[in-house]
Amino acid sequence: MSDQTALHGLFGSDSRIINLGLENFAANAAASGASAVQVDWRLPAGGDQRAVAALDKLAAGAKVDIEAANAEGLRRILAAKPTIVGIGLARDVVPGMAQDLILHAGPPVSWEKMCGPLRGAVIGGLIYEGLAKTPAEAEALAASGQIRFDPCHHHDAVGPMAGVMTASMPVWIIENQTFGNRAYCTLNEGLGKVLRYGAYSEEVLERLRWMASDLAPILSDALQAKGPIDMKSIIAQVLQMGDEGHNRNRAGTSLIIRELAPYLVMLDYPKEKIAKVLSFLNANDHFFLNLTMPSAKCTVDAAAGIEGCSLITTMARNGTEFGIRLSGLSGRWFTGPAGVVDGLYLPGFGAADAARDIGDSVITETSGIGGFAMAAAPAIVKFVGGSPQDAIDITKRMYEICVGENNVYQIPVLDFRGTPTGIDVRKVVETGILPAINTGIAHKTPGIGMVGAGLVKPPENAFRDALIAFAEKYAR
Amino acid sequence: MKLVQVRKDSYYDSVFLMLASRGVQKLPGVTEAIVAMATPMNLDLLGDLGFDPASLAGLTPNDLIVAIDADDEAQATAAAQEALAGLNRKKADTAQGNGLPRVPSLGAARRLLPDANLALVSVPGAWAAREARKCLEAGLHTLVFSDNVSLEDEIALKKYAVSKDLLLMGPDCGTAIINGIPLCFANRVQRGAIGLVAASGTGLQEVSCLIDDYGAGISQAIGTGGRDLKNAAVGGMTSLLAIKALALDPDTSVIVVVSKPPAPDVAKRVVAALRASGKPAVAHFLGLPPSPDEGNVAFAANLEECAVLATLLADGRHDLRAARAALAEGPGDDRFRRPSLQRIDTLAAAEAARLSPQQKYLRGLYTGGTLADETLFLAHAALGGARSNNQTDPAWQLADPLKSVGHTIVDLGDDIFTVGKPHPMIDPAARADRIAQEGADPACAVLLLDVVLGYGSHADPAGACVEAIQTAKAAAAKRGGYLPVVASVTGTRNDPQDFGQQVRTLEAAGVIVMPSNYRAARLAIAIIQAAAHARRTA
Repeated sequence: MSDQTALHGLFGSDSRIINLGLENFAANAAASGASAVQVDWRLPAGGDQRAVAALDKLAAGAKVDIEAANAEGLRRILAAKPTIVGIGLARDVVPGMAQDLILHAGPPVSWEKMCGPLRGAVIGGLIYEGLAKTPAEAEALAASGQIRFDPCHHHDAVGPMAGVMTASMPVWIIENQTFGNRAYCTLNEGLGKVLRYGAYSEEVLERLRWMASDLAPILSDALQAKGPIDMKSIIAQVLQMGDEGHNRNRAGTSLIIRELAPYLVMLDYPKEKIAKVLSFLNANDHFFLNLTMPSAKCTVDAAAGIEGCSLITTMARNGTEFGIRLSGLSGRWFTGPAGVVDGLYLPGFGAADAARDIGDSVITETSGIGGFAMAAAPAIVKFVGGSPQDAIDITKRMYEICVGENNVYQIPVLDFRGTPTGIDVRKVVETGILPAINTGIAHKTPGIGMVGAGLVKPPENAFRDALIAFAEKYAR
Repeated sequence: MKLVQVRKDSYYDSVFLMLASRGVQKLPGVTEAIVAMATPMNLDLLGDLGFDPASLAGLTPNDLIVAIDADDEAQATAAAQEALAGLNRKKADTAQGNGLPRVPSLGAARRLLPDANLALVSVPGAWAAREARKCLEAGLHTLVFSDNVSLEDEIALKKYAVSKDLLLMGPDCGTAIINGIPLCFANRVQRGAIGLVAASGTGLQEVSCLIDDYGAGISQAIGTGGRDLKNAAVGGMTSLLAIKALALDPDTSVIVVVSKPPAPDVAKRVVAALRASGKPAVAHFLGLPPSPDEGNVAFAANLEECAVLATLLADGRHDLRAARAALAEGPGDDRFRRPSLQRIDTLAAAEAARLSPQQKYLRGLYTGGTLADETLFLAHAALGGARSNNQTDPAWQLADPLKSVGHTIVDLGDDIFTVGKPHPMIDPAARADRIAQEGADPACAVLLLDVVLGYGSHADPAGACVEAIQTAKAAAAKRGGYLPVVASVTGTRNDPQDFGQQVRTLEAAGVIVMPSNYRAARLAIAIIQAAAHARRTA
């Protein structure tokens, strides 16, 4: 205590109050002329004593400087420069890809535990690869143990919805030019009956074959002619054009068409083929999603494997489980049951038709766009409850669980504030604020396709388990 | 009944369409509702569902379709109308109730109010220590309203707070006034030169309100939590820090400490700190016989005397000796409008004369714990013993707190009464029931009540008990007796409740309203004594 003032000059100043708990106390103080802020307090970690103990242990002291590790993680995410460098066949470019291997979305899952849409996509994939002739044959093969299943995430790849990738599928090659790491993703098939929603009818397979025979080579040639495309700059633009990079991709798809069109028309293919490619892109608002996803993937992958870093570098769902991985706990998945999407449905469908939450597309949220950039996408705010204010509130809430803000991805309505970036699992558990995830909804029966879209709540226990494991490794 | 309505060239985003569909599907009689643009896929779907292909002919994806399948035509038409209305409806503006800025976390609150200096913590007790620590770590002075914080946590928090020169009020701190702002359960008292440190909630309220009534004011009022002085291990850490801070505060000229009996060693340190402050000081330790004044420190005998001494010392014209002299009671009401003890005795005799012989006992029903204690100590000494749920002597504890025996003072704010219920200061309904219960007891001679106003308290605590008072009085009258009811109102003219109206409400119900709890207790005790005297002489 100094000689002249005590209590840091509390007496003789104005009372400026932060209130945790009974709201009347803040209201009364405000009515008496104090400035007061009400904290919407909730039980830390939902009251889970083990998780709270882990938080407290980490706060009391860690073996490594977690703040420094997280700062490094954030630095790498912000420094990333995802760039489209080409299109190749999965077997040629995706690490570890093989004829008997099927990659899928989300954390690891056995054939027995796969949900309907994922099974449907596996069946379609096996027929597409010529490994089975009929759905029944494909199911028998899938169950036989002769086919290996592995998450896309184990192969530097991501896949929307079922996320099935097989050896003969063409894939986007995205390179993080700052760090040299790459990420891969299939090309988007469009809406309706498509493999990623578990459809495997002849129409679906026919489209996949056309994508390999025509779409991919034509786009690849156009890309060769144009040269690498800076995805970071395009994503920054789409956020200012009403997309959030996950559930709304209309601006992004339009920009990609604009980028490629001059080169497409100069290619030595019959006009009809080029026109069909352009029509296909135009008819599919989500074409761009399969570019934002690997862009996000190679961005956060750069921040993986940092000792002591509590940032979340993977979130993914396989329709059975939702899983996350932390930078500082390499190779470990923490999972909980995949959620039911709270959403709106396409004509003719309802909640009873919905499959559980599925897909790697939540990599966009992991990198700080998608639901985290909801405030940028007023056109689709109805998905999240109604008003543009709700969307703004969602994005604002996400700042509470992130360690930083994006330097390039900005939100106009928030006065061009950077999107919330670098999800700290400690903050998620402490505040109970779960990552806001936008997503499509698949029909639970394989082969029907998309039935709606909405917002999904990830299982809280995955975050708590990850935090507890993190504390076991790093708390003193 | 299938109905199709079309709006040509009316483009709507699919999200709005899905939302409209969802709204209509819930309507009575509706089995299917599709609100969609006329894309080929949707037209196929409608055909599959059996809607008339003729009504769908020639439509383009820019045309809006509302297709309803309902039990009858009226329901279908209503659903179609609702669908179209739903598409154009804006979400109603959801205004924030009280205009308080709301944030999801302490971190966000600090960003919004970067110069915040005070945190209030009223979260469930099991979590309060953790939140309080975070607030202290953030450099905030912290008031912990929550109770059920462990002694270990309290000691650790206070040690940490003292090391950072931060004030940790509580746990279980129900009241404080910091920089003129009443916190939690506190009254709107005028600002002035008297600094209060209190380990008791209604004690702080009573003293600060009386000081306000006497025309002086409060610089700061710091609640410390009940264990701060009572528990030797806590050792008065908050009280001592507060006294030091008030000693240095140029706006404080008198320091007052109010507490239940402190641990002896702690009491010594508190008195030493008051002496070291060099400022005139008044201490009142409830239940302890007042010791002789020491230097600049006066020991008050009750809460009212505490307020009177502080007021006299604060006017700058009285030293301690002069204040003591001015305190002496004369035959008439004094400058603070206190009815003299002589007048109280006269009043008591008149009331006692109306009692029937079997009416013998004092029944005090309190919402404020410290006020209950003040009365209990007075009554226990004056009436040869009084029972209470607050009695520390097991011989005088109430066997059943729900039933009065002999002279009884009940603290209705005790945990035994408030499990799963609001505190009686917030909701006086439980006391109203108890008033009626005492009224039905022929041995009840006087009802004694407190009425505590201020922030946090019930909007009309007097009004909440008058009906029960009238019932009790009527029951006594029916038995051929008379039931005196005595009360005091702890509050100020600036409190959110109307102080004058509260007094008038009580008086209209036949309640004798005294200007302090001390005087109310003295009157009630005097009635009992006068009645006993009358019985003996009869």
